Amino acid sequence: MPASLRVLRRRIRSTKNIAQITKAMEMVAASRIAKAQARVHAARPYSDEFTHVLTTAAKAGASDHPLLEAREEPSRAGVLVVTSDRGLCGGYNANVLREAERVMRELSNDGKEPSLFVIGGKGVAYFRFRNREMSGQWTGFSEVPDYGNAAHAADVLTACFLTGGDETVQRPSEDDGQGSGGASGGSGDGSGSGEGSEGGSSRAASFVPPQDAEGLAGVDELHVVFTAFTSVASQSVTSRQIAPLVLEEESPDDADESSSSDSEERQAEYEFEPEPEVLFDRLMPKYLRARVFAALLDAAASESAARQRAMKAATDNANDLVDNLTREANQARQAQITQEISEIVGGANALAE
Amino acid sequence: MAEMEVAIVGVEKRLWSGQANFVSARTVEGDIGLLPGHQPMIAALDEAGVVRIDPADGEPFHAAVFGGFLSVTAESVTVLAELAELADEIDVAAARDELQRAEGGGDDYDDTAAAAARARARLRAAGENPDR
Repeated sequence: MPASLRVLRRRIRSTKNIAQITKAMEMVAASRIAKAQARVHAARPYSDEFTHVLTTAAKAGASDHPLLEAREEPSRAGVLVVTSDRGLCGGYNANVLREAERVMRELSNDGKEPSLFVIGGKGVAYFRFRNREMSGQWTGFSEVPDYGNAAHAADVLTACFLTGGDETVQRPSEDDGQGSGGASGGSGDGSGSGEGSEGGSSRAASFVPPQDAEGLAGVDELHVVFTAFTSVASQSVTSRQIAPLVLEEESPDDADESSSSDSEERQAEYEFEPEPEVLFDRLMPKYLRARVFAALLDAAASESAARQRAMKAATDNANDLVDNLTREANQARQAQITQEISEIVGGANALAE
Repeated sequence: MAEMEVAIVGVEKRLWSGQANFVSARTVEGDIGLLPGHQPMIAALDEAGVVRIDPADGEPFHAAVFGGFLSVTAESVTVLAELAELADEIDVAAARDELQRAEGGGDDYDDTAAAAARARARLRAAGENPDR
């Protein structure tokens, strides 16, 4: 005989409750996707243009700035892993973490010691549970990242990258302006410049490592592992080297479109203001912020998409379960009635004899 | 008259793009005016500054640009900024408030100086005189 009717009814009720919750989460995630997707698209021109500008500058042979030139014999590499803060999003985090592990293994094989930076509570929990040392961790904004969050993380990366693989980050003495580093809010930047007329421009050019970067081991390369968002139906885990700049990254159609007029232009001397070294010093923190921000936006959109899918599956599953349980409950009810009838009939028969 | 492709691109979105005849901005080394056919250039802008654009059709307008830089080729000018606001999006009263607060002094010199510079740039972009 199937489980008792009372137990079945209780299970149906609780399954229905779960379905209601997952349905709500699915809807929330679905509305987040649209917003996150819009942000990804709106923010794309900035990071595309930025990459394009730097690529052009690098091709023009502007400078041997560390951002543009691969270092000889890199000894450490930073890996920024972007995960979500909350679970209930299917394989989203597992996929990112698997890729991150692969990238780190690869780096180790190449003789570069990986240095971990993690965004998102799930990633932090994963590495903490395995007693892996993290150079930096940031949580609390994975679903709706703003530029300030990205700037904060990116500035730490910049500090490590500028320091280089064999040393640790040192902060300059305190009086040298402490305004730098991920001020929250849209302005994001507080690199301590006064008005140009106050003669603060040279000071603004020097990058001041944020407080929490102090004492971290420097790196020679920076990689980022995140989930790239192509459409609602498709996201893929991606790992990219963001520094030093990889030149092949310029998309081919970009090159085609500008090749006719650009061929002479490429040879034309680019003018830099201020001189290339200073300029790239200034651009580099902004560039990393832009790349990290772009990765965060992609990841946020992907997270919502993954959550929506996971929650849709959960809701469907719950509904199937309710159907099955209802069938079983009906059977149990029928069985009970049948039994009662046969008992009554049996009893009556016994009395009649 | 010759025209060039101009765009102001903020971190979060592209603010404006179109054809223009003239762009002026203040780089870290001084004011610069850009006409079509300018030599290719990359320049860092003032941490908080104002960019003026004369579009091919329509009135010249200003934008407050923070933490930006310029990329110039013969037929295009792109202003990339961590934060940018077009003149007509700027809340003049709020900027004035902020300027007053920042200049009223605070415990952290660098932050207030930067805030004051930002407020001034906003006011200048909106066509107000910050020192009034």
